[in-house]
Amino acid sequence: MYKSLFTTFFKIGIFTLGGGYAMIPLIEEEVVNKKQWASKEELLDLIAIAQSCPGVFAINIAIFIGYKLRKVKGAVATAFGTALPSFLIILAIAIFFAAFKENKVIAAMFRGIRPAVVALIAVPTFRMAQQAKIGWTNCWIPIVSALAIWLLGVSPIYIIIIAGLAGYLYGAYKSHEPHKPLQP
Amino acid sequence: MIFFDLFITFFKIGLFGFGGGYGMLSLIQHETVERAHWLSTAEFTDIVAISQMTPGPIGINSATYCGYTAIHNAGYGHLMGILGSATATFALVLPSLILMILISRIFMKYMKTRTVRSIFTGLRPAVVGLLAAATLLLCNAENFSTPKENPWQFFISIALFAATAFGTGYLKINPIRMICYAAFAGLLLLY
Repeated sequence: MYKSLFTTFFKIGIFTLGGGYAMIPLIEEEVVNKKQWASKEELLDLIAIAQSCPGVFAINIAIFIGYKLRKVKGAVATAFGTALPSFLIILAIAIFFAAFKENKVIAAMFRGIRPAVVALIAVPTFRMAQQAKIGWTNCWIPIVSALAIWLLGVSPIYIIIIAGLAGYLYGAYKSHEPHKPLQP
Repeated sequence: MIFFDLFITFFKIGLFGFGGGYGMLSLIQHETVERAHWLSTAEFTDIVAISQMTPGPIGINSATYCGYTAIHNAGYGHLMGILGSATATFALVLPSLILMILISRIFMKYMKTRTVRSIFTGLRPAVVGLLAAATLLLCNAENFSTPKENPWQFFISIALFAATAFGTGYLKINPIRMICYAAFAGLLLLY
């Protein structure tokens, strides 16, 4: 059983390109359809919960499934399985890239790649802003956070802690005044 | 000691890395580039590029790569570098292991309450800010060059940035394909 847990999540780890959310259809196929370790509803539930947890999304899902089936040992097997393919691939690249970095062809290619990668991070910023329903009332939160990190060198960890606490306090305050209408 | 520092750093990233891979980028960048100086901005950007093109979650990829590079840059050999990779990756996964098991055992029923929802009304917009900060910090001379130092490379860099933003954001071109185009452009124009 542990072997099956490990190999299934190893497969999930190796066949997903483009990060966590690209894994969802594959996880569904393997875990729900093939192995029937969880129902589709259960998996959707776990996905929703894993999204509100810190850490690597795919690893979180893997741990949930592993723990559900075989407790701590199962969770270790699935987490290890998910992480191992990337670990091995990246390790090989890290070892060889150190030797090839000085190569003129590789260096020229990476001079072209770097500005493109910055754009690849800029675009999801706006997509996430839409998903987080950023509007006129709360747009100061990302702006202040970004400026604090960028200009003042504040650690993003503090921003996370403060934002979570502020959200909690705001929620507690609002629940004490249930009849007060929302500010536009 | 560098191994201990690696462990603590990636444990923190695993514990506070909300908002998926991209949300985590800002933390990884702050800890490994700005604070510990284990990587240069260009190296960090390269890791993001490599992570995009290889399978697996970006958090695991960057922990593995950074663990190796940090130890390697500190003057140790391959074997110690591999140990550094394992340390960083294990440290990143450990908080997830603890938290998910705690949630499975005790807190499952609390995860959909109003309290958790209200925490996220603060967290979600902040994660957008984190990502914006990561983008801004990457817009520097290491990635783009400067008009003074190398005007040609600067101009090409801006063009590649705009083309990639338009290509992936508007035309929905696959990011991996876009990276390949940029590599080709770099080879042709920036050799």
